[in-house]
Amino acid sequence: MSSMPHAEIAPEIIRVKALRKIYRTGGLDVEALRGVDLSVRRGEFVAVIGPSGSGKSTLFNVLGGLTPPTSGDVWIDGIDLRGMKESERTEMRQRKVGFVFQKYNLLPTLTARDNIYLAQAIAGIKTQPAAFDNVLKMLGIENRMDHKPRALSGGEQQRVAIARALVNQPAILLADEPTGNLDTANSNAVLDLLRDLNKRIGQTILMITHNPEAAAFADRIISMRDGQVLN
Amino acid sequence: MINKLVFENLKHRWVRTLLGALLVGVLVASITTLIGLSRGLLEERAARAKGTGADIILRPDTHGTISFASGPISEKFVALVRKQPHVTQAVGVLVQAVELITSMNGVDVPEFAKLSGGFHYLEGGSPKAPDDLLVDESYAQQKHLHVGATVQLFGHDWRLSGIVEGGMLARFVVPLDTLQQATANTGKISQILVKLDDPARTNEMVTYFDKLLAGDLKAISMADVVSQFTISSFPQLELFINIITTMWVVVIFLVVGLSMYTAVLERTREIGILKALGAKPWTILDLLIREAILLALVGWVIGIVLALVTRTLIVSMFPASLNVVNVPDWWPKAAAIALSGAILGALYPGLKAARQDAIEALSYE
Repeated sequence: MSSMPHAEIAPEIIRVKALRKIYRTGGLDVEALRGVDLSVRRGEFVAVIGPSGSGKSTLFNVLGGLTPPTSGDVWIDGIDLRGMKESERTEMRQRKVGFVFQKYNLLPTLTARDNIYLAQAIAGIKTQPAAFDNVLKMLGIENRMDHKPRALSGGEQQRVAIARALVNQPAILLADEPTGNLDTANSNAVLDLLRDLNKRIGQTILMITHNPEAAAFADRIISMRDGQVLN
Repeated sequence: MINKLVFENLKHRWVRTLLGALLVGVLVASITTLIGLSRGLLEERAARAKGTGADIILRPDTHGTISFASGPISEKFVALVRKQPHVTQAVGVLVQAVELITSMNGVDVPEFAKLSGGFHYLEGGSPKAPDDLLVDESYAQQKHLHVGATVQLFGHDWRLSGIVEGGMLARFVVPLDTLQQATANTGKISQILVKLDDPARTNEMVTYFDKLLAGDLKAISMADVVSQFTISSFPQLELFINIITTMWVVVIFLVVGLSMYTAVLERTREIGILKALGAKPWTILDLLIREAILLALVGWVIGIVLALVTRTLIVSMFPASLNVVNVPDWWPKAAAIALSGAILGALYPGLKAARQDAIEALSYE
């Protein structure tokens, strides 16, 4: 893996500079990100807000190592994503990044507990961190762990997804519209939880949303439009 | 954990899993039943030959071990053989195919009794009239026959004079003269059974007869006859089984391949989730191959159970027609066939899943 600690960006857990991402669809090049600069410090809770097509989901995918950048620098917890092979990005996803998706994305055949264990098994981690019990308590799902996703409410499923994202103690938690499928009460509960996790265990969170009310839970809001960061 | 996911995935889609496993099971049962039937028929023939008590069989020099043809030898050879040293008895037998895999033997019953010790009659007795017939107990049981019944075989009406214990000569035994006339083989026989005064002289006498009857008859010791009643002694049967086995591998490959391909399409989003969690392509491929292996193993177990049940049904319903034996030595081979077909079948869907783009997979509806 092409990791290289950088003295200048050491305090930052995410550093993005002149990031461009071009997709080729139907023979046409679509520039989804047009020179994005971004810096997130360890322990920050940042919301990225913008309308559909603004490039925020593409940014999520690049930061999560799901797709390579076309050009520019992307550093995650001291690791340079530029020029990484697919296998290296796969390894990075195992331990450096935790994902929370709008549609929860739990495996329907496994219980909540096994969904969480699976993330550990894929990362090759055998034991849960000591602090994880507290995380489960914070999430309020310790009594729902033996249920399969279909037996859980949307809010519970999203909390399980958050637990799964945190079990390997990732450097950053990436959340893509985490409240997009929830009603207001459950949305607020999940957002409160994310904020609690950020404050109590210092988890760095980057949340993508198009909802200004959800973004208001973050420490800092970054606006995007047409593939560029506005502020 | 991966094993648990494999198990839960198969359990979750239990109808498809059950149908896939049943299809594999039916194929495994077919393989083992075919082998059991082939082996059963050969073993039965070997047992019948051995049951005569003969030490040597003399057959036309150009023939193999088994002949369904009738009467190419002159019965005058019997008298010649009887005069040879160490021969205590020689009996000519005419073999006539009756059904596809069943034959009738024409023999001089009293002379045959001197060689073999005689039939063990369960009902009735030895043929008295020219059209008298002996059948074995399996045939009598299957056809619900009793002494005195008329049995029509190749257009000839026979009167059942006796029901004998099986395992000696053919399923049907009639007087030699009658069968010779009925099949236009007057004065002809198919083989000669030879009893020696000392079985230890068998090999010596085989050589002796081969020299004496060179060009006309070939001597085969009973031990060699019995050892030749195996599938591997019949290249065409072995080739047929190999072709069928290969076809079954292809069918299992298609069954599992289709099942896994559908599973991959249905579970595109789940594959995306695994990739997002950091699963390597090999992990995805491994997951699907394990599912295919488990499917094949469940199918294999179903197949073995089906084969045992099928054998029991066949043997109880058609005791005289189809002799099927259990072939536990073929069970591991059937497992290998099921597993190889299943693994091959899972490879393409597995590779397709492993190459799936994570973002596309996660956005799959």
